[in-house]
Amino acid sequence: MAKAHVTTTVNGDPVEFLCDAEQTLLDVLRDELYLTGSKEGCGSGDCGACSVIVDDRLVCACLMLGVEAEGHSIETIEGMANGDQLHPLQTKFLEHAALQCGVCTPGILVAAKSLLERNPDPTEIEVRYWLAGNLCRCTGYDKIVRAVLDTAQEMRGG
Amino acid sequence: MAATSNGKANGATRWIGTRPVRPDGVDKVTGRARFGADVHLPNMLVGKVLRSPHAHARIRSIDASAALALPGVKTVITRDDFNDLSSEFVPAGEMLVNYRDVVRNVMAREKALFEGHPVAAVAAVSEKVAREALALIDVDYEVLPHVLDVVDAMAPDAPLLHEDMITAGVEPAPTKPSNIAKVVEFKLGDVAEGFAEADIVIEREFSTQPVHQGYIEPHSCIANYSEDGQAELWCTTQGHFVVRGHCAKLLGMDVSKLRVTASEIGGGFGGKTVVYLEPVALMLSRKSGQPVKMTMSREEVFRASGPAAGTRVWVKIGMTNEGRITAGEAVLKYQAGAFQGSPVQPGCMCAFAPYDLDHVKVVGYDVLVNRPKVAAYRAPGAPQSEFAVESVVDELAKRIGMDPVELRLKNAAKQGTKAAYGPTFGPVGLVETLEEAKAHEHYRAPLKQGQGRGVASGFWFNIGGETCATLNLGEDGTIALVAGTPDIGGSRASLCLQAAETLGVDVERIRPLIGDTSTLGYTFLTGGSRTAFASGMAVVEAGKDMIRQLCERAAKVWDIPVDAVEWADGEARPAGSNAGEFDPLSLADLARLAGKTGGPFVGRAQINAQGAGPSFGTHIVDVDVDRETGRVTIERYTVIQDAGTAVHPSYVEGQLQGGAVQGIGWALNEEYIYDDKGRLQNPGFLDYRIPVCSDVPMIDTVIVEVPNPTHPYGVRGVGETPIVPPMAAIANAVEDALGMRFMDLPMSPPRVLKALEDARIAEAA
Repeated sequence: MAKAHVTTTVNGDPVEFLCDAEQTLLDVLRDELYLTGSKEGCGSGDCGACSVIVDDRLVCACLMLGVEAEGHSIETIEGMANGDQLHPLQTKFLEHAALQCGVCTPGILVAAKSLLERNPDPTEIEVRYWLAGNLCRCTGYDKIVRAVLDTAQEMRGG
Repeated sequence: MAATSNGKANGATRWIGTRPVRPDGVDKVTGRARFGADVHLPNMLVGKVLRSPHAHARIRSIDASAALALPGVKTVITRDDFNDLSSEFVPAGEMLVNYRDVVRNVMAREKALFEGHPVAAVAAVSEKVAREALALIDVDYEVLPHVLDVVDAMAPDAPLLHEDMITAGVEPAPTKPSNIAKVVEFKLGDVAEGFAEADIVIEREFSTQPVHQGYIEPHSCIANYSEDGQAELWCTTQGHFVVRGHCAKLLGMDVSKLRVTASEIGGGFGGKTVVYLEPVALMLSRKSGQPVKMTMSREEVFRASGPAAGTRVWVKIGMTNEGRITAGEAVLKYQAGAFQGSPVQPGCMCAFAPYDLDHVKVVGYDVLVNRPKVAAYRAPGAPQSEFAVESVVDELAKRIGMDPVELRLKNAAKQGTKAAYGPTFGPVGLVETLEEAKAHEHYRAPLKQGQGRGVASGFWFNIGGETCATLNLGEDGTIALVAGTPDIGGSRASLCLQAAETLGVDVERIRPLIGDTSTLGYTFLTGGSRTAFASGMAVVEAGKDMIRQLCERAAKVWDIPVDAVEWADGEARPAGSNAGEFDPLSLADLARLAGKTGGPFVGRAQINAQGAGPSFGTHIVDVDVDRETGRVTIERYTVIQDAGTAVHPSYVEGQLQGGAVQGIGWALNEEYIYDDKGRLQNPGFLDYRIPVCSDVPMIDTVIVEVPNPTHPYGVRGVGETPIVPPMAAIANAVEDALGMRFMDLPMSPPRVLKALEDARIAEAA
């Protein structure tokens, strides 16, 4: 079957790509657009390492088809920093040592950004439940939760 | 937050004990860091593995002709492509592997020994074509009876995995084959005498299920084999030198012809110390003449990469009414999986290591079952045996009404204690962790109705080993640090701090790199909690080597004897007034003058690091048990551990927190579920549930620093010990809450609920 032609927006830029009908958005990001910051930890929506934002909605890129990106706007980890300015979450993750191996980090940052856009003043419990779809096997989550709470406070001007 | 280290345990330090942002940090928060699957090569093929659907089957024949005929398929490999290897044991992590088994584990030969065992592999132009090709490979299996349980596998009539397996370590050698690969025994004193001195003797039997390391990054590699017999391999691994050795052996190559580069590694915990895809990808690349990329799916990771051993452990401990432990005895039966080599030996060695005992006897059995070959998992073997011992110690404390921390203090191993496994301990920090536990606010905080509190201690040896490091001085006085141990959790930061401390320069002037196998001499893998210790020691030695060269060069510039030059605060100075009046020469000055004074500066070290200090920890946990659902919730958790010296305290805390939460998963949820045909039923994160963020509270940490005298800054490994105490600490807490002791893991909601219901029925009767 011929490949589909898809027109979309990735990190603010217009992007076109060709993909097979069965390719996921994650396959397309990684293998066609070479945006390898989104990771495949499971391919079944259980680990959140491929978290991206599609039109303000947090989704697992492995659970969406590439062709479904047509006409939508996709934000990935590669679009999180503004030029040479890291997003406050990125800075706080570094300060708090909120990563060890770092493979879950892109997905967790994207998910946390999506949380703070909705809820600039989350409680610890809200952070924990929002991030419950993002597995981290290294840190035990402690420093991740602290980094997100600290970022929220800083972004609120506190 | 956590009590933290100032890192001054070994005298005043400027960099050790500080918390700079890790050098690879920005790459990791921007998605720039390249992990195993993040690389694409021109002309690259995709490799996929065909796996056995049977737990145990003889492979009569494999017909790949239809697959080879499919357009886009470049090559298919099977057992016929690998030469058989004779029995030869080599180190991998803390365990040994046998090349005869490695070649069979990466590609089944006579038999498929577990569901998921590779039987063939394909390289094709796309993953889609590769998958279609797998479906066209015809394997003729003779399905055989299988065995999954360790006790069943030890029965005389059990199905045999290896028909020629004669148990080692038994005199006289058995005449009949069995699934028992090895029996090991450790003895100290005479347990009969010890039990005779006891007023109370408790014996209990425990079981644990296999659990997976659960790294989020699946195994992945790219092999690029050239027509001239050289190859490069990019892979996610804890030890690229070990991968090189294993692959070269399996491919019949000189190690010098295989250059292995370790990608960033997305977790390992011991599970990335062995080879799975790497030799297969190299063989596919050799046969196809093109680069081949292979990545496991999560399902393949669960079905075919190494879990920790499931176990049965029997423990008997004797104690006086005053709380003095008089003897400890244990029998450990560990699943090895399809090939020998469970971590039963370290399990035996660690079992009673936290205690200063006169009489100990531990016997261990290494047992084959039709499951994937176990791999190291964080303190391999220790969590299972110490879970059992620490549960019985808790019961003993309850029996005499003594505080469990007090009982441990009364019997704790300390400097001068002779461990049952041989050595006499130097300075160790168990007593200090127990004293910290006793004094900790958590230990005295009131519990809510229905909650329980538990404590347990844990021990792990830590290892050293062969290690190289290089410091290359740039012409501007900055330094490239090259280490050979993949950075799995922030070790580059810790190595840079140790180099900065040694050289007396700003840590920001040192940039680290994990060198490939051609840039450094042989360096053993990241495992055994050895990296901050052994690579750290090598970096310090390399720093001293560079200082020696720098002082020689300053002496030359000043025309004074080299022993009249000293190195302090990052510069060469005349050593005292007799040496002459000269302005100091900084690292940058000497770097600039290098070309005119004798050439470049390279500090090198190649060491066999000895004297890794063991690490002890004590954990305190509060649980709440939902009587309606059986769910155990962790309400509060404190980890106290001896780090020797915490080089970068944030990453030490991270190790303690991460290990504890892995232990929480092991205790409460994680287990493999098989059907009656020996097929894994939960090969995914939905049904194999590792702890998620909402499952756990903050994990408080207290770092104790009892410096390791053999390391220049007092470092001991910290990474593995924190997974040892959680299972017993949580079981002890559940017992405190319910008055019921769970001896079988996991304490998952169905099991806890059943125990509660059984108790209700018993009470009603």
